Amino acid sequence: MMNAKSKFGVKEVVAVGIGAALFVALTNVQVPLGIPNTALQPRAALLAFLSAVFGPIVGAAVGIIGHALGDMFFYGSAWWSWVFPEAVFAVAVGAFANQYGIREGAFGKKEIILFNVMQVIGNAAAWIVAAPLLDILIYKEPVKKVFLQGLGAWLGNIIMIAVLGTLLIVGYAKVGAKSSSLSKED
Amino acid sequence: MTPIIEFKDYTFKYRAQKEPTLRNINLTVNSGEKVLIVGPSGSGKSTIAHCINGLVPFSFAGESSGTLRVKGEDPAKLGIFGMSKIAGTVLQDTNGQFIGLTVAEDIAFALENDMVPQEEMFDRVGQVAETVEVQTLLGHAPWELSGGQKQRVSMAGVMVDDVEILLFDEPLANLDPATGKRAIDLIDKISKNKKTTILIIEHRLEDALYRDVDRIVVMGEGRIVADEKPDVLLAGNVLKEQGIREPLYVTALKHAGCTVTAESMPKHIETMDLEPYKEPLNRWFRAVRFEKPKKTQDCVLSVKDLYFSYTEGNPVLQHIHFDIRKGEMVSIVGKNGAGKSTLAGIICGFLKPTRGQILLNGGDISGLSIRERGEKIGLVMQSPGQMISKPMIYEEVALGLAVRGVPEDEIRERVYRTLKICGLYPFRNWPISALSYGQKKRVTIASILVMDPEILILDEPTAGQDYRHYTEIMEFLKEINETYGITILMITHDMHLMLEYTDRAVVISDGHLLADDTPAKVLTDGAIADKAYLKKTSLYDLAVRCGIGSPSEFVERFIHYERETGEGRMRHGEDTDL
Amino acid sequence: MARILTYEEKDTWIHRLSGVTKLVFFLLWTMTSMLSYDTRVLFAMMAASLVIYKMSKTRWKQVGTVLKFILFFLVVNLIAIFLFSPYEGVGIYGTRTDLFHLFGNYWVTREQLFYELNVLMKYVTIVPAVFMFVVTTNPSEFAASLNRIGISYNIGYAVAIALRYIPDVQDDFSKIRNAQEARGIEMTGKAPLLRRIKNTAAIIFPLIFTSMERIDVVSNAMELRGFGKHKKRTWYMGKKLETADYATLIVTVAVTVLFLAVTFHDGNRFYNPFAG
Repeated sequence: MMNAKSKFGVKEVVAVGIGAALFVALTNVQVPLGIPNTALQPRAALLAFLSAVFGPIVGAAVGIIGHALGDMFFYGSAWWSWVFPEAVFAVAVGAFANQYGIREGAFGKKEIILFNVMQVIGNAAAWIVAAPLLDILIYKEPVKKVFLQGLGAWLGNIIMIAVLGTLLIVGYAKVGAKSSSLSKED
Repeated sequence: MTPIIEFKDYTFKYRAQKEPTLRNINLTVNSGEKVLIVGPSGSGKSTIAHCINGLVPFSFAGESSGTLRVKGEDPAKLGIFGMSKIAGTVLQDTNGQFIGLTVAEDIAFALENDMVPQEEMFDRVGQVAETVEVQTLLGHAPWELSGGQKQRVSMAGVMVDDVEILLFDEPLANLDPATGKRAIDLIDKISKNKKTTILIIEHRLEDALYRDVDRIVVMGEGRIVADEKPDVLLAGNVLKEQGIREPLYVTALKHAGCTVTAESMPKHIETMDLEPYKEPLNRWFRAVRFEKPKKTQDCVLSVKDLYFSYTEGNPVLQHIHFDIRKGEMVSIVGKNGAGKSTLAGIICGFLKPTRGQILLNGGDISGLSIRERGEKIGLVMQSPGQMISKPMIYEEVALGLAVRGVPEDEIRERVYRTLKICGLYPFRNWPISALSYGQKKRVTIASILVMDPEILILDEPTAGQDYRHYTEIMEFLKEINETYGITILMITHDMHLMLEYTDRAVVISDGHLLADDTPAKVLTDGAIADKAYLKKTSLYDLAVRCGIGSPSEFVERFIHYERETGEGRMRHGEDTDL
Repeated sequence: MARILTYEEKDTWIHRLSGVTKLVFFLLWTMTSMLSYDTRVLFAMMAASLVIYKMSKTRWKQVGTVLKFILFFLVVNLIAIFLFSPYEGVGIYGTRTDLFHLFGNYWVTREQLFYELNVLMKYVTIVPAVFMFVVTTNPSEFAASLNRIGISYNIGYAVAIALRYIPDVQDDFSKIRNAQEARGIEMTGKAPLLRRIKNTAAIIFPLIFTSMERIDVVSNAMELRGFGKHKKRTWYMGKKLETADYATLIVTVAVTVLFLAVTFHDGNRFYNPFAG
């Protein structure tokens, strides 16, 4: 499943670099939910997009580098317990990069479903399992609190990715698609 | 004379394309030669460079036949890394080529990859930085540099490897005219001092000819259609046939009925022998009909005493004031970083002026939001990729109306009407990906026009476009300007554009309003041209050297003649399949 | 570049240290602060990091906004901990000393306050270290340092590219957002949520699309100049380790060992002032 995408050449290096730059730039871009202090994060959709296009390794590297740099530059901190779960998520979504067929323009109904199933699972593994466990391990925060927090992040991310992530991939796949059967209309 | 590049009956087809991009190329370049390769977009001129540096076939896969030898080696065997020791490439996108965090690191990049020890890197970077005159900028980050400086860093970054061949892919595309002149001059110095073989790929012939080249190779549809000395080529008709713009002074002489000969050495206006042409040119000048364009008096936009600064005490714009009348086509010109884009940003409401006022139809618009202004003043960005956000043409054009809650029926009607205006109606159900660059540009213009703005602001509408696309885009703008009375403001450093298509040029230099006059006057005034990093049009030199008393009037008559006769301009019709 | 920490060139001994030294310090420091829950250790770390912060001559203006944001976040977090689990401290330390009654089942206990103080210190002690690291380390040295401590140069260079392109991407983003806003596409405002997300897509799509094109250009440019040719590469901006670096590294490692020893000597990472 991963062999075709596991090559790490110049293009992958650049994809990680520019992907991480995008992730950092979108750190303080949020879609407010209307409830104070809660907002949806478009950068989650970006990471889903990059993982789906470039595969799990590039995705995981973008997630870790982007989140760590974003935390450092914008919040003057590095909350590792929320950095590493990004990689968990990216690997889950990116594992099926070849199956999505985005570059071939084949991102249809079946692929949209697969992508969304993986993003829900990936987000669960990252934010309901990995992040709370790390929070408990590192900060010994109350169990109830961290799982509820994780649940919130999971919910926010799956909504964001289901809509924005899917839109981005569908759009990108269409842009890359070859169109041979077009004719002018009057 | 030893050949360093040899194409023999070379044909190449990209994997993704049906037709070969290069057909039966036979081309020999000798060591130390300086060759200019011209041709319209899609003629295969960039592919020639890709074959030499190894991007073909390693980054761009495809099939080839025939042979290619660069310094006796086959690039397809030697690989990109091997070729990088022989041929250095300066890409058109010099910002993309700038990889390091600072100038010094970027120059050192190739050395780092070759595991050169640090001490040696310091020396070599220092030397090459001096050659391209960036030694004072070594610690600068890319965003602190101008386009010209970035280009020189790119040159240093490939010259640090002591390459024998330098390939320049459209070096003038992103530079203002004065900076472009300096780039050509620097390339010439390198060619003379280091005996480097130089290939310049460019469609801006007149600017590229600012310094001597040994030969000009003209490409057309994948073939070499001419390979001549500059004087011979300029005397012939090949350029016009291939859709490449001749130097303006040559065009003017041809308009005047002169037969330009190679013997008169037409490659530089300064040294050309004009004796045989003086008489007919003067006659033509007196004969050309000319009337001042009529002006409406209704002022649609006026900028009053505008000041802007990001940080206090560092003004970006000072005391800017001008009026735009209804239905005008005006260019805003000046060197990169002079404040042109800032000005557009203030007009559109992205930035708040520190002082001053902007009036639209006499009313102050300071209270209007970005969105509200957007309904009256539409902004089209430089690259279509920066605006297009929907996969289908119809959706993209409809987007601005859809988010405003306009009813479905009305959206359909307005989108169709706009698509008809823009010549895109037959493609209304196509994905945008199937369109050419020029058509995509039109889609972005359509997506703004659909909101019925009174003013259209375009940022560098023709940057990086060849003559044919340039003409296509500009004729289209002229048409919507004339037919629908939409006022058009263009931010540009393309002198041809301002001269041929705009009634007036607002010149900004270092944040000040330097001039507000006809393009012909601006481009024949040495002081203004210098300060604004423009350069005087060669028509000025032609007029002066032929003893015509009023050069600016000569320029105006030339432009008027071209507009009247449609001469020198390619037809623009419905069958724009670009 | 709103609300973002950046490197500022200055001449202090901290600025002069090699990036490698600062990276090692930063990693060990954050690791220790994560592992330890020993109040004495956390207190010592906090004091030390404030001293280092002072020595780096970082001005308030450089970090002020970011700091206010963090403090706000921490306060919210502490309140949340209390609301979700008012007796977390009681569970950890094994005793319960009520101070006063708030409402319902919520009593403020001495143990809870102490526990939350520890949480606060754990978060806070990282902050000056990060500030110091970001503000005093030349980004150019960062990639070289990562490579030096054993991370592959591919990843190191990916970080360098990220640092190189963050300003470009931010600039692109604001240009695109402005132009789209002029077309009427806004991410905020009163539109329903789905509409706002779709609008966000219309703004982010051009950004991502132009970035994908940029990936092609940059990787070609890098390949043309031999990136990835050898298993290793040298670094123009790499800084040699000097005496001060070795001294700092030794002190850092020694202190880390000491702190961890203090923390874990009794097999429990909590320091318990309430016991016996």
